[in-house]
Amino acid sequence: MNARVLDRTLIYGIAVLLAVWVLIPFYIIAISAFTPQAKIFDYPKPLIPTTFSTETMQFFVDARGVIPSVLNSVLVAVFTIVFGLALGTPAGYALARFHFRGREAFQVIVLATKMFPIAILSIPLAVTFLQLGLYDNLVSVALVHTAMALPFIILVTGGVFVAVSHELEEAAQTLGCSRWGAFLRVALPLALPGLAAAAIFTFVVSWNEVFAATILTLRTRTLPAQVLAGLGTSPLGFKFAGGLFMALPAVVFIFMIRRYLINLWGSR
Amino acid sequence: MRARAEHVLPFTLLLPSVAFLALLIVIPMFQALLLAFVAEKGGFTLEHFQQMFGDVNFGDAWRNTLLLLLLIVPLQLVLALAMALLVNSRFRGYGFFLYIYAIPLAISDLAAGILWLAVFTERGYLNSALQSAGVIQQPILFLSFENFPGILSAIVIAESWRATAIVLLILVAGLQLIPRDYFEAADLFGADRIRRTIHVVLPLLRPSLQSALIIRTIFAFQTFAVVFALAGRNMPVLAGEAYVWYAGNRNEHLAATYAVLLLGLTACVTVIYLRVLGLREAEVQR
Repeated sequence: MNARVLDRTLIYGIAVLLAVWVLIPFYIIAISAFTPQAKIFDYPKPLIPTTFSTETMQFFVDARGVIPSVLNSVLVAVFTIVFGLALGTPAGYALARFHFRGREAFQVIVLATKMFPIAILSIPLAVTFLQLGLYDNLVSVALVHTAMALPFIILVTGGVFVAVSHELEEAAQTLGCSRWGAFLRVALPLALPGLAAAAIFTFVVSWNEVFAATILTLRTRTLPAQVLAGLGTSPLGFKFAGGLFMALPAVVFIFMIRRYLINLWGSR
Repeated sequence: MRARAEHVLPFTLLLPSVAFLALLIVIPMFQALLLAFVAEKGGFTLEHFQQMFGDVNFGDAWRNTLLLLLLIVPLQLVLALAMALLVNSRFRGYGFFLYIYAIPLAISDLAAGILWLAVFTERGYLNSALQSAGVIQQPILFLSFENFPGILSAIVIAESWRATAIVLLILVAGLQLIPRDYFEAADLFGADRIRRTIHVVLPLLRPSLQSALIIRTIFAFQTFAVVFALAGRNMPVLAGEAYVWYAGNRNEHLAATYAVLLLGLTACVTVIYLRVLGLREAEVQR
């Protein structure tokens, strides 16, 4: 009995310790971003802040280029979701429903793409986009983000459609639906929560991506590109506020799709 | 007619994504090779590679990238393995802790660098805590260019903190594939448990460990924004040099040469890992 209690204490002790390690930087950035500008260089700072002010956040939001870059980030993410789901959903559906020659080969392609350093390719892509007149264009950034997110979208949608019984679709077809109609009226509505999760993960991928966004844009910056370009010159308060601003939406979104996280990285 | 349509359908459904990926991966790879190996006046050249190898920052970038890789990847594997085994013991509330451990998955490397900047900066919270505790009399300059171990540790900590979540998810998924009978009792610690982990769980987890190792090593070559956020230009890394040559120096040839180098390293790493790990697997089977 005593040994079990000890054991349990040990497990929870380690679990809590690891949780603290993960959560502490969020706490630190939050109190940093809500420290007024004048107090950012106070030293030593108390770990429990005595003042709370939105002044630094306000300064960040008002800074030149920040609001447009947030809008650009959202636009790129929306484009990426549209492109990604349009390309990935059919592929996921095919993986879930059909046994065909080349199925394994396709799965290897998906896996290889997941590992491939696509961001690095934005350098040669920038040259191509420049020639095509697509440089400094949000669509071109979205195309690269789509390539990054696509393997994940295929894996998630594949898993989602496996869970939607194909018998339901067949039943709809015997009742007079076309194959397309059966997909549209039966499979798609049932798969919607999973597709939403794929869309949210795609948003997170795009919202967070730094390298390609910085290389492929000059004036139409996304938020991470804007923050990165200003790293050398911007004051600490701007960076802290920017860090919190970039981190928060992603954290909320990951919470919404926590049930699907294992599928995203898990399937080999 | 209908049967034939059914036969073609899966390929029709896959075609758009395959075509898209081919377009966005294969074409730029050729473009990168062209930029790196073809001289401005035309014709094959190695001058871009010579210029890259001869650059003042190249040696440091190369060393720093490898150093970060060697420090970060093992640390992440150990940390993620501890988290995964803990979560897999299915203690009450394990789902909550799994979610907490997965949160950094949502954080970009840039944001992670800034989060830890608030900790490590001269008048930041680490120095504040140490000073308040009376450990130090004046702030330590963790991120000064004269303090290489300080910068290195800060980057290793920030990047390990962020990307451990990815390794964790890969390992948790791998553990779920192992039949529950192998684990039996939920108590994780004590000699028996440890021995079982080493002799039963780890061998079964090999495929997951392998893919985590490959993915993390490949991504470690792309480490860049977290370094810029914490160290600025004081710590050159390969991906950072590619960025600087493109965006700062407006030299797409050298930037592409760095890109080719990184792609080559990625290919080498994958082949070496598959060889080494694959060979050992054959030995085990014998």
